[in-house]
Amino acid sequence: MSSHLTVTDLHTTFGSGESAVRAVRGVSLEIEPGGTYVLLGESGSGKSVTARSILRLYQGGTTITGSVMLGEEDLTGLSEKRMRRLRGARIGMVPQDPTGALDPLRSIGSQLMEVLRVHRVVPDRSTARSRAMELLDRVGIADPARVAKAKPHMLSGGMRQRAVIAIAIACNPDVLIADEPTTALDVTVQAAVIELFRELQERSEMSLLMVTHDVGIAEELGGQVGVMYAGKLLETGPIREVLASPKHPYTQGLLASLPVPGVVRGHLQVIPGRPPLTGETSAGCAFAARCTLVQDTCHVAPPPLVDVAAGRRAACPVVNGSAATSQELSA
Amino acid sequence: MNVLLAEVPAPPPEAPAVRPLLDAQGLVKVFGTGVRAVSDVSLALHAGQTLGIVGESGCGKSTTAKMLLRLLTPDEGRVFFDGDDVHRMRGRKLTELRRRLQVVPQNPQTSLNPRLTLEQSISFNMRAHGYGATERRRRIPRLLDRVGLDPSYARRYPHQMSGGQLQRAAIARALATEPEVVVCDEAVSALDKSVQAQVLNLLSELQAELGLAYLFISHDLAVVEHISDRVAVMYLGRVVEQGPADQIWNDPRHPYTATLLSSTPGADRSRIVLGGELPNPASPPSGCGFRTRCPIAVAECARTWPHLTVRTPEHYASCVHEEPMPLMPATA
Repeated sequence: MSSHLTVTDLHTTFGSGESAVRAVRGVSLEIEPGGTYVLLGESGSGKSVTARSILRLYQGGTTITGSVMLGEEDLTGLSEKRMRRLRGARIGMVPQDPTGALDPLRSIGSQLMEVLRVHRVVPDRSTARSRAMELLDRVGIADPARVAKAKPHMLSGGMRQRAVIAIAIACNPDVLIADEPTTALDVTVQAAVIELFRELQERSEMSLLMVTHDVGIAEELGGQVGVMYAGKLLETGPIREVLASPKHPYTQGLLASLPVPGVVRGHLQVIPGRPPLTGETSAGCAFAARCTLVQDTCHVAPPPLVDVAAGRRAACPVVNGSAATSQELSA
Repeated sequence: MNVLLAEVPAPPPEAPAVRPLLDAQGLVKVFGTGVRAVSDVSLALHAGQTLGIVGESGCGKSTTAKMLLRLLTPDEGRVFFDGDDVHRMRGRKLTELRRRLQVVPQNPQTSLNPRLTLEQSISFNMRAHGYGATERRRRIPRLLDRVGLDPSYARRYPHQMSGGQLQRAAIARALATEPEVVVCDEAVSALDKSVQAQVLNLLSELQAELGLAYLFISHDLAVVEHISDRVAVMYLGRVVEQGPADQIWNDPRHPYTATLLSSTPGADRSRIVLGGELPNPASPPSGCGFRTRCPIAVAECARTWPHLTVRTPEHYASCVHEEPMPLMPATA
């Protein structure tokens, strides 16, 4: 039985006082059992910090507020001891760099068995061993016996990432959080790993929170998307709809600036300026400085996310409810 | 549109009409442990044009670039710049090559000296090529302005600039010596997408203005296709397909190119998912290096790696199948 993951008004601040960096500033999202949610954003937008804050992977000097509900349980109130029991068991995590995630001195098999033993999902070592083989097989590793004996350095990047995914799903988690899991991989290997995520989801009720900067991967996965910028969600909705008709000027600009395959040369549309650095803040809308539709009100207070169409929300007073705006922008 | 001159990868069936500015013939590089990083790579870059090299990590694209830049000595084959053998140049000729052939590296954070201001970095490059102090003072602010940086940035250190600004700075430094060819090795890969578009536009504008030729290396086919006149696709140390960018995109003739295209986000094609991964270059498969992952491999593929043969004018592929891969939907 899987549960909903509901994140409400999450704030993550590093440090305090004058030097405080507010990396996440009020993110709310919800994933149904078996659902997919993609956090899409550029570097420094706070997407990874959001994912890591859900698992409370930060220690001293970091303030996390808001609520993270997994089913009926509020994770923000849990002790570190109970959190440890939950990480890897009910919420799995696939980090960006599989090499750093694995212990270089131990075999893949022993690292997989460790997860199974620590979370007590198997009664003894021999069950753990056979379950480890099953898991390697499930993530598409053709030769589980050989890979189980191998040390991480003996495997290719794609194989290592599959091994890390096997560890992440070992305890049948309710939620799998994947933080740029394919960024370190080549495109052809990347395609196979995305395919694997889809297969794993089809076979279980596991929900997936995918963090990525890659619009193509978001499109590929489907589900819901949250477009992050400067620690906030600027636009949310079903991925395919958002990509087909973006409402927020940032989403529109981002999509327009990608080279369109098949159209050689030509000037790319650009968003002027650069994304703000992590924690770099302004009084109003964080995108105002780069926005072509900016108005005086944009500098006063950050606009809230409001409904703009069925299932779609955007944090922009200019485009809210006005269907004409996106045409005006592209004209 | 750029008119493509008679660019023919070696072995040329007949003498090309215009001599390429940068011409690599049959390059081979074997590293100490027997890793054949580059095998028989021939490329030609004409003045004012862009040649894109695309491929995944380990395919030999950066090793090829290093041999073109004379940062590595090829084990076989030759590189000609404006008719002279790059690896036999000495003295003044070599200094002149360094001036005319510049590079914009992948990571500006590590390629710019952290202890020098931007002005010092650019000055360093210019001084090495005999630009006097007056000339340097006059040109540096103009260069910065041209790449979209405020001239006050001259006094900044790399840590005071963003990734996009640093890459503009690296472009300014490369342009400081008035080169004819600029090698861009994954020059936009580290940038955020919204900034990447700005830098791509800048490169296109500079090319139109200064008549630069680019050798543009990237793993991102959408970017390569956007900026290049011609594209060479590399796999396991070899060029497996080469041709005009639009033909590579619309009518790929090598199954690896087709796969790469189908894996590129935004491509409106059904995805071809490959089994396995890039083989170990130290012990490549017999025959065609792609056959172990190829969806349409036949017994013949195990014998030899096919030569690049002409498919449509100026479009070459190294595959035993004459026709494009049937898995590819015809729509683009």
